[in-house]
Amino acid sequence: MMHEILSYAVGIFLIIGGIFSLAAAIGLLRLPDLYTRMHAASKAGTLGAGFGFLAIALASLEGSVVLRAFAGFIFLLLTAPISAHLLARAAYFAGYKPAKVTKIDEMDPK
Amino acid sequence: MTLLLISVLLALTWAAITGTFSLGNLILGFVIGGMSLWVIRLQVGQAQLLRKIPKILSLAALFLYELLMSAIKVLILVLSPNMHKKLQPAIIAFPLKAKSDAEITLLANLITLTPGTLSVDVSPDRSSLYVHALEMPDKKKMIKDIANGFEAKIIEVFEQ
Repeated sequence: MMHEILSYAVGIFLIIGGIFSLAAAIGLLRLPDLYTRMHAASKAGTLGAGFGFLAIALASLEGSVVLRAFAGFIFLLLTAPISAHLLARAAYFAGYKPAKVTKIDEMDPK
Repeated sequence: MTLLLISVLLALTWAAITGTFSLGNLILGFVIGGMSLWVIRLQVGQAQLLRKIPKILSLAALFLYELLMSAIKVLILVLSPNMHKKLQPAIIAFPLKAKSDAEITLLANLITLTPGTLSVDVSPDRSSLYVHALEMPDKKKMIKDIANGFEAKIIEVFEQ
């Protein structure tokens, strides 16, 4: 019984993770410029992978695997925002202007 | 004392990542952790870690909740058919109260992972953080939200 409930939970977490990852991918396609795209990639993507790790941890329930899944999630949390931030910053200084819909740009020296 | 504690934590992290909790592996993790600490010895202050654990946990909880909300928001926005009408991106300057490198780094990281915001750059004089927002109906409210939420908690964790 317990085993079945766990299998269902694993399945549900995998599906939720998949939905978030899919949303991240759709966001990359639909959003207008790099800055808005980084939102989709860094947030929905991180959470999608996080649910994946959670499913792995539940599926195995072995101490070492659970710890490794947890560590993987933490490392993702630490690195995803940094890469998003660096990409956005590099793009800005390379002269890639935000999309026209952008309301205010206080970084613009003008 | 604090350094020893951090070394032990690093050793446990190492064992967790490599997946074996044998004595040899723990010692190897301890040695590698000690070497990493030695590399960053100038940056490691005498922060009193233990006393701050409740505050760190509260910050972590707030952060996980905000991350979930943020991802759901992006999901809804991205999947809505009239996305381009809802989208109101903006880059605003957020006035920083946090001063140290560690605080600013942490704040910038947390901002990137929370609803509709992404940190782009810190101004050269370190007085403000440039934040890109996905939807920004009200600039003042957004600045207030960040200042009262994450920044306040981070300063709590870092102050002596």
